[in-house]
Amino acid sequence: MAPAGPRSGDAIFASVERVNAELFTLTYGAIVRQLLTDLEEVDEVNKQLDQMGYNIGIRLIDEFLAKSNVSRCTDFKETTEVIAKVGFKMFLGVGASVTNWDAEGTCCSIVLEDNPLVDFVELPDTCQGLYYCNVLSGVIRGALEMVSMKTEVTWLRDVLRGDDVFELQVKLIKQVPEEYPYKDDE
Amino acid sequence: MAAIYNLYIINKSGGLILYKDYGSAGRMDTNDSLRVASLWHSMHAISQQLSPVLGCAGIDLLEADNFDLHCFQSLTGTKFFVVCEPGTLHMENLLKYMYELYADYVLKNPFYEMEMPIRCELFEISLSQAIQKDRVALLGR
Repeated sequence: MAPAGPRSGDAIFASVERVNAELFTLTYGAIVRQLLTDLEEVDEVNKQLDQMGYNIGIRLIDEFLAKSNVSRCTDFKETTEVIAKVGFKMFLGVGASVTNWDAEGTCCSIVLEDNPLVDFVELPDTCQGLYYCNVLSGVIRGALEMVSMKTEVTWLRDVLRGDDVFELQVKLIKQVPEEYPYKDDE
Repeated sequence: MAAIYNLYIINKSGGLILYKDYGSAGRMDTNDSLRVASLWHSMHAISQQLSPVLGCAGIDLLEADNFDLHCFQSLTGTKFFVVCEPGTLHMENLLKYMYELYADYVLKNPFYEMEMPIRCELFEISLSQAIQKDRVALLGR
């Protein structure tokens, strides 16, 4: 029997059980508000959101690989294309595109067309340093770490801070393949 | 219909996180199963070095006189392998289905610690349902 090829983000998004978008937005909003109440410092909240995203990402990657059937990507360009086209579509139902490649091919931007996390959200003046969607940067970082890529993910543009789109910068720091220790003297 | 003897899941460091046996043939006690799992992890890694072709991903199938061993390694390094009667069909689909069940019932359980032995009842129930003899063939899709 021929092995099944990779599935498109739309097909997978259509096939999984979905939840009410408002419930999702409200739940995420409740998390951010609670973190702000507990931690008070906006920088601490950013860090916690990133950590939470990381914990989600390390588990999400297997879900992604199991459902989408993608094969090993040949280079980082393919990896980011898959994240934008299949990953974001599959989990958030939004399209994304990859732009702004640097010369070495290790740094790019992912631009989101839409973002269900921020429906109805406005940042007050007291939270101006907050990256409301920082969980997303943690998710990408965690997921890529489980497939041997150390990355740095930061927000370049954030609609809640006055920009026109959500733009994430994904930078590949290094590839760390699992090495089997063959040498006895190590 | 050919039988499945046992199932293993090993984490990316080679530690056994799940061992299930079906039937008394090939049943192993805990220590043996742990040892066999780490042996398999090592052999799988060594096979990538032995390969004359670059980009070998490891051993998919081991055929012996009395059993077949099918192995599936996810891109995250977790290995799923099954020891079955020679000539058993649909084992690759079973392993892929196990991976989906793992992503659902194990990883989505917030109380499951990553890389630790699996103690998730829902996972084991779904797995048993999938293994039932008349269901394995349905996994081909």
